[in-house]
Amino acid sequence: MKHLSAVLLSFIFCFFPRLAPADSLLQRASQIAEPATNPLEGDSNATLAGDKLFQRECSACHGESGQGNGRRHTPILTTGSVKQANPGTLFWILRNGSPSHRMPSFSHLPAEQRWQIIAYLQRSAPLKKY
Amino acid sequence: MIRIPHPPSFSIQSPDFFYTRPLRSDIVENVNRACIFAAALVVYVLGNRPARAAEGPYFVTYTHQLEEQGNLEIATRSITARPSDGNRLLGSAVEFEYGALGWWTTEFYLDGQLTGGESSLFTGYRWENRFRPTRREHWINPVLYFEFENINGADKALLEVVGHDGEGDLTEPNDSARVAKKREIEGKLILGSNWRGWNFSENFIAEKNVRHQPWEFGYAVGVSRPLSLRAKPSICNLCAENFRLGVEAYGGLGDTSSLNLHDTSHYIAPAIEWSLASGIDLKISPSFGISESSLPFFFRFGVSYEISQFARRLRK
Repeated sequence: MKHLSAVLLSFIFCFFPRLAPADSLLQRASQIAEPATNPLEGDSNATLAGDKLFQRECSACHGESGQGNGRRHTPILTTGSVKQANPGTLFWILRNGSPSHRMPSFSHLPAEQRWQIIAYLQRSAPLKKY
Repeated sequence: MIRIPHPPSFSIQSPDFFYTRPLRSDIVENVNRACIFAAALVVYVLGNRPARAAEGPYFVTYTHQLEEQGNLEIATRSITARPSDGNRLLGSAVEFEYGALGWWTTEFYLDGQLTGGESSLFTGYRWENRFRPTRREHWINPVLYFEFENINGADKALLEVVGHDGEGDLTEPNDSARVAKKREIEGKLILGSNWRGWNFSENFIAEKNVRHQPWEFGYAVGVSRPLSLRAKPSICNLCAENFRLGVEAYGGLGDTSSLNLHDTSHYIAPAIEWSLASGIDLKISPSFGISESSLPFFFRFGVSYEISQFARRLRK
């Protein structure tokens, strides 16, 4: 039993993803992700739906408006680097996540909903809620 | 600021602890503590910003999606059935699922059951862990699952079907069934894929009683899809995006001494999940037995609620 526990612990701590250097996830993703255009760009309904999805899926960590939740390492999503990032990069981050940055994968959301969130993050005009 | 009191301090030594006779004052004290804890939890939950569980409509099949780090999901999974030679039963498991790390989710279950004309009893606990070895999303995503369960023979939660499990296991009277101890370890290989809104999940199960009996094997597969892939701009309960339809199939594959389908039970179960705007998820699944050993029909239902960033909220 002791051997079994030792093997299991070694397996868990050696082979599973560990904390990586805390370089910017956006930077890393932009090197890997393929450029893409957001099929829902400029669609006001998509932006509003993205707002709804953002509040549900993202706001607990990123704050209600994407300006962070007061914690030191929470990425702020209202910066120019996010707004001007290639949509393909943001899509890659939402699909894959990054355990070392505490960013979960949102691959369980259909691609359309991930594009809606990106439309909300990269909106150029203020939201006009119903 | 809401302060949550410490959970009630039941001493769970074994699944049979309900059969000891505690003093009346102890019972009253424990019930009082449990009520205070439950009330505080309800107040806390109502003030929570809900997250949404990502497990899909399945009851038996696991997807490759792990719990988000720091989130706590509280869920019940219940089954009601009437075996042909037995009384109507209600088996239930209460689940506490916590995202310990981005690649590690841990869950604790408390199982119980109620059988008409017999008794209701606590049947044991389970502790399971899921590990995701890959960092990125692939076409097929593996997750490794390890579980220890300490339940008795009267457990009717039916969270998986392995070996030669069948209808007969559910008809044994509680008084005799609860005597049998089942301390088991279980491993699963979970494979999952998301493609154009569809989720495909496949689980391969191996389970062994730690003291005796051979390894038993089983499987579970599921496919599901939301009714709508796009979200509506407004917050709503009855939007198509809030409904997820699926079907799962699961059953036993025999054991190391007879690795075949003879005398094994298999089920097919359509399932639907409804995610309310308040964050509560409701699931139902009528299940149909498709082999001779299977229970012909039973019904599953479940409720779940996810508290986002639970540990951080507690610290606040």
